[in-house]
Amino acid sequence: MKNKINYLLLSLLMATPMGLIAQEAGPEMADTFRAEGKIYVVVGVLLIIFAGIATYLIRLDRKISKLEKVNNK
Amino acid sequence: MKGIWWKVLGIILVAYSIIMGLLGEVPRLDILNETIRVLYYHVPMWFSMIAMMLLSVIFSILTLGNYSFNRDLWAYEFARTGFLLSSLGLLTGMFWAQFTWGSFWTNDPKLNGTAVTMLIYLAYFVLRGSVEDPQKKARLAGVYNIFAFVMMIVFIGILPRLTDSLHPGNGGNPGFNQYDLNSDMRPIFYAAVVGWILIGLWISQLRSRFIKLSHEE
Repeated sequence: MKNKINYLLLSLLMATPMGLIAQEAGPEMADTFRAEGKIYVVVGVLLIIFAGIATYLIRLDRKISKLEKVNNK
Repeated sequence: MKGIWWKVLGIILVAYSIIMGLLGEVPRLDILNETIRVLYYHVPMWFSMIAMMLLSVIFSILTLGNYSFNRDLWAYEFARTGFLLSSLGLLTGMFWAQFTWGSFWTNDPKLNGTAVTMLIYLAYFVLRGSVEDPQKKARLAGVYNIFAFVMMIVFIGILPRLTDSLHPGNGGNPGFNQYDLNSDMRPIFYAAVVGWILIGLWISQLRSRFIKLSHEE
């Protein structure tokens, strides 16, 4: 009996067009980025802000270094 | 760029604490819930503030022994950065307290002690601003800075431990073992502390180089 049902399911599955299965799962989306309550987005935003601040500090440091070079000549 | 390695190290350590602080495993506790992660960002502000104030008082003592414009400048700039970090620590702490203790300000000894400490350091800046002669300024501010540092240790390091406090590690059980700092959290927390101290050094260095340049012109 169980085998029969399994065979039935298998034949049904094979008869179903592949596109239909794909539609059931929904279109392909960047789901990993939204997993676990979308925390990765928060991490991304914080990293962007911190990268901005770090870049700002580096540029400021470079400008001051340049001025120091000019003044020491 | 001068000393690029430790500046980049500071950036990497803080970036690591941002990523792992949000994605890492934390203990599941009542009331705190996910806000336990604030520990990675709020507490390093205080650790780095104390580091900045320590450096500031060291330079103050050095300039009292033998005056130099640079030493006095470093003492001032470290205190400035320390004050900035403590302001950020206070704001983040108030925000955190609203959602865990139920109010922006409680009569916790550590909060009041911090407020007094910040006023003491504000007076340091006012004192510096009110003296014209650079040597006299360095001497007065240097002596006052020693007083300010000792007061800071008393107000945020000693007094909160003598009474009950909402802060962990206070009220007679000092030390980190009492903390909810398990082995998952410890490396991220220490990375954040070291990273923020390095960033604090960097900001102080940038400002003092800028002041020196504007003096030479």
